[in-house]
Amino acid sequence: MAEVTLRKLNKRFDGFHAVKDVDLDIRDREFVVLVGPSGCGKTTTLRMIAGLEAVSDGEIRIDDSVVNEVPPMDRDIAMVFQNYALYPHMSVAANMAFGLKMRKFERSEIDQRIRRAAGILGIESLLDRKPRQLSGGQRQRVALGRAIVRDPKVFLFDEPLSNLDAKLRVQMRVELKKLHERLAVTSVYVTHDQVEAMTLGDRVVVMKDGVVQQVGEPLTLYNNPANRFVAGFIGSPAMNFADVTLRESNGRMAAEADGLRIELPPELAARARAHTGAKAILGIRPENIHVATAGDAPEHCFDAGIEVVEQLGSEILLDTRVGPALFVASIEPTLQVRPHDKLRLALRPERLHLFDAQSEQAI
Amino acid sequence: MTVTALGTARVRRPSVRLRRLEDERWLALALLSPTAVLLGLFIAYPFAEGVLLSLSSAKVGDPGVFVGLKNFAKLADDNIFWTAVWNTFWYTGVTTVFKLGLGLWLAMLLNRHFRGKALVRAFILLPFIIPTVLSTFAWKWMFDPTFSVINWSLFHLGFIKARINWLGDPTLAMTSIMIVNIWRGVPFFAISLLAGLQTISPELNEAAAIDGARPWARFWYVTWPLLLPVTMVVMLFSVIQTFADFQLVYVMTGGGPANATHLFATYAYQIGIVSGLLSEGAAVSLAMFPFLFIIVVVQLLYIRRVETR
Repeated sequence: MAEVTLRKLNKRFDGFHAVKDVDLDIRDREFVVLVGPSGCGKTTTLRMIAGLEAVSDGEIRIDDSVVNEVPPMDRDIAMVFQNYALYPHMSVAANMAFGLKMRKFERSEIDQRIRRAAGILGIESLLDRKPRQLSGGQRQRVALGRAIVRDPKVFLFDEPLSNLDAKLRVQMRVELKKLHERLAVTSVYVTHDQVEAMTLGDRVVVMKDGVVQQVGEPLTLYNNPANRFVAGFIGSPAMNFADVTLRESNGRMAAEADGLRIELPPELAARARAHTGAKAILGIRPENIHVATAGDAPEHCFDAGIEVVEQLGSEILLDTRVGPALFVASIEPTLQVRPHDKLRLALRPERLHLFDAQSEQAI
Repeated sequence: MTVTALGTARVRRPSVRLRRLEDERWLALALLSPTAVLLGLFIAYPFAEGVLLSLSSAKVGDPGVFVGLKNFAKLADDNIFWTAVWNTFWYTGVTTVFKLGLGLWLAMLLNRHFRGKALVRAFILLPFIIPTVLSTFAWKWMFDPTFSVINWSLFHLGFIKARINWLGDPTLAMTSIMIVNIWRGVPFFAISLLAGLQTISPELNEAAAIDGARPWARFWYVTWPLLLPVTMVVMLFSVIQTFADFQLVYVMTGGGPANATHLFATYAYQIGIVSGLLSEGAAVSLAMFPFLFIIVVVQLLYIRRVETR
């Protein structure tokens, strides 16, 4: 049970500013995911919370106490590492017992906690094995078990699923979610996988180049990205972008490019009006594009040349050329299309995004 | 045309001699024989000759006759021999403990990140690289009763009133030799243990820190057990080398004062070569064998246990 607060947190390595002014309030029992590409500072931030990296500037609080100078062992946190970091010379049980032994727990209490954690994770039969005798998924469970037995204030996860194969990763993701619901311990989870971030996080923190881009619930990030980076990072396949110019004619705002003219819906138009005549970036997600029908207003339709057809069974991903831009569209799997076909596509205007061409911030 | 030529080349049968190598038994024999010949010629044969020599009464200029275990019986009553035996064990035991302790400490320091790490690592190896005889001569000067820089420093710092006769006193002479051996041996321990330390993932130490282990506990429960297999191998090498050490004692004291610092090797040399009693010298050398054999077997068994754990 704990809150974690980051205030103007900075980390500088020799001449490299890895984490810049990160502010974050993690609530009690909340599951917060830090997500971003490699080198965005997410792992460094996590390691500072753990106490494995010194804070260059700023403040970390766990509940009401500043822990900047508190060594890892006194922070009452548990961490699950990317490579599991199980002690190779100890049995599974000894691995799980180690943290309790160091904290001078009674033998009976240790046994009881190990049995309970092993029960939750389904690893009772592995307790006498050595880590090298376990599969990747089993090692992952043991690493989780080692964290659970401690019953810490905060769980920290450093890309815990990235060493598992795709199928196991999905399975462990579900188990992690269940585990969090059951234990309800404040958790900070680092990943570069936006699907993990979206599915696991109560809130998601998107980072890039050491700077927090946006903090919000998964759907907020998906529906209202704060800038072009978040828009492109969250969601799969990624959002389509086109360089456009904002113009007004007959009192209506439209985004225009060669061979593309999309009229903006009223709410977006109102915000875009201040940028009339300026360059902007138009964004639309593949799932918000469909094959045009008679019901679609012509000002939201456009012509597309199909370049690649990716049949996924549940949907078709069309890589299309629209004016100067490349758009991916997710369409009905039953549609019969071939490369080089021309197709009339339509988009859902209320799902359009606009970003300033210079600042890349949402308009 | 080309095709035909290639075809012919492919079907040509290898010669009879080469075809014989397709039989695994012949191949094994061919591959093993060079090693077997070398081992036989340079290890087994001299060893057997040494055994025969120790059972004879050979001297310089006298091939001697077979005398059975007479030489060994004589050694059993030889006080200097027993001093050498004791010295060898003491010398090996004390220096190994210090070399391990200091080497481990240095290795842990070198395993940290600091500026100029590569340079320091290279410098650490110097005592190991310099030919032992040369560095030992330098040490001999440092311990010289008259010219000793150690005495000079201690005197001028006010620690001592009179000169210390480092190599003239039996206990001090042995201590001096041990210091040089430790100085020479620490780099080997440091670099080998450093290599061992680098195979241990830093994440394990971090995990232990988060698990609540203080630095000493992290060393004792995580680093040390994982380093143990490397440590045992390094110790094995070092013990064998130290047990059979010759150059250091030979240069520093020649076994003196009054035969107080003899080891197996220097005493064997003293009797066999200096005194010309070849057979008795061989007996001293050979007496080292059972002791060393037991030490090595015990260590090897231990290494196997550690590694299969």
